Amino acid sequence: MIELKNISKTYSSSGNSVEAVKDVTLTINDSDIFGIIGFSGAGKSTLVRCINLLERPTSGQVLIDGKDITKFSAKELRAARKKIGMIFQHFNLMPSRTVLDNVIYALKGSGISKSEMREKALRLLEHVEIADKAEMYPNALSGGQKQRVAIARALANDPKILLCDEATSALDPQTTKQILALLKSLNETLGITIVLITHEMAAVKEICNRTAVMDKGNVIELNDTFSVFADPQKALTKDFIATTSNLKKIHELLSENPDAVPLDKDDIVVKLTYTERSVSEPLISAVTQKFGVLLNIVFADVDIVQGAPIGGTVAVISGDRGNITEAVKYLIEKNVAVEVIKNGMA
Amino acid sequence: MEWLNNIIPNVMADTDRLFDSVIATLQMTAWSGAVMFVIGMLLGIVLTVTKDGGILQQRAVHQILDKIINICRSVPFVIFIAILLPVTKAIMGTKIGVRGVIVPLVVASVPFFARQVETALANVNGGLIEAAQAMGKSPLEIIFTVYLRESIPAIARGTTITLINLIGLTAMAGYVGAGGLGDYAITWGYNYGRYDIIWVSVLFVILIVSVIQFIGNIIARKNTH
Repeated sequence: MIELKNISKTYSSSGNSVEAVKDVTLTINDSDIFGIIGFSGAGKSTLVRCINLLERPTSGQVLIDGKDITKFSAKELRAARKKIGMIFQHFNLMPSRTVLDNVIYALKGSGISKSEMREKALRLLEHVEIADKAEMYPNALSGGQKQRVAIARALANDPKILLCDEATSALDPQTTKQILALLKSLNETLGITIVLITHEMAAVKEICNRTAVMDKGNVIELNDTFSVFADPQKALTKDFIATTSNLKKIHELLSENPDAVPLDKDDIVVKLTYTERSVSEPLISAVTQKFGVLLNIVFADVDIVQGAPIGGTVAVISGDRGNITEAVKYLIEKNVAVEVIKNGMA
Repeated sequence: MEWLNNIIPNVMADTDRLFDSVIATLQMTAWSGAVMFVIGMLLGIVLTVTKDGGILQQRAVHQILDKIINICRSVPFVIFIAILLPVTKAIMGTKIGVRGVIVPLVVASVPFFARQVETALANVNGGLIEAAQAMGKSPLEIIFTVYLRESIPAIARGTTITLINLIGLTAMAGYVGAGGLGDYAITWGYNYGRYDIIWVSVLFVILIVSVIQFIGNIIARKNTH
């Protein structure tokens, strides 16, 4: 378990001081895949470096399994760091060493023999499916391959925690998906706790079970990932979510071409979004039968977050205005968020 | 052999002197080069790790060393020979000959080499240092396994440049009777108008410089991946 208590980090140089992290308190549970999302400069990279003390917080405590590592001696801290793996945006592999030697390097000093180190390194490379490149130098590898090697290296000392600092930000979307899938499988097979720093909402959506949103050094929102997506509290969070959803395009469509969705005077255009994990009820059919209204689905965008669908549909509801109002009430009762985008009377 | 006697008569008249000069130049370069390499490397590392944001940040140490190096680099070599005479005598037991010139050669070349090392280490990607720290490596491990290891090509090039400069400095060793090719060319060649001696000296210096450059290039290339 990682507990950050009142972490602040202030950089000061010649009279100017910048507060990169302001009084952040959060807990990351064992086996979490914990996402920290924010724009560049939000302080998330500084915050993640406080977990292994690459950055020493100006104030606050960093508790790993209950022990405050800010109180550790240099030697104790080095031992603790061996149990906290880290991967980086630009991979940071040693260019003078082969892929295999890069992994072996992390094992040096662990007290096992040379042949054991080699064996273990090869096993790790196999685990991340890059063993065929063992004798190559990092410069001959693609970004995704380099990140696989970096992951193998980070896992060398059987860490309980893996810190990922923008680990997929330099990769193309395809490779990003593969690396995220790899991280998820490591989390499932090894039970390793993953802290994922990113500015890409898609990455968080893909694998994180809990998510914190950072802005200007503060954690402004923290919840399980589904709730963050289903029911964002802050404007910034909504902005981030909008980057991964197509539903907002309805506004563009309606403003650019109002005739694309012709409406009678009683009709309304609504955006229906899921706020709960359950979609067991056939709501659309139920509404049409119960209230005698017609639903014309203009478009839909549904994604799976933490095993539950998230997103929704944009639909035109037509029929008698009284029935429409009842239908909308019913949907709200069933925990569907209803946003009226356009009204035929207007 | 006959044709050599024709084109470089003055050299051939006393080949022992030529070979003694070559040996003296090689000795001066090798001894002072070896000492310079160790001390300069050490200072270059200290400069790197003690600077702001370095792995063993020590502002005072860095600034004092930085100033000393700047001052030493500003002093002309002949002045070093003169003002270091007592030091030379104390360390080497003599003020003259090859032994007498090694101390000033080292003092004159160390600051330059320290800067070369500092530049080489500064070009090591900071991300690699961070990664090693995150792995739990100690500062000493980081110096040897990351800083030095990753900058072998740059250090090889820096060493090549410094050694070649050092050969230039050895030409002035004649001041303390250390001999060498520079002294040979001036004293026995230029002063007597025996130009073949000058040309042969230059030729040998070119040869030595080429060999050093060649070895430096090989080391740099073999360690670039």
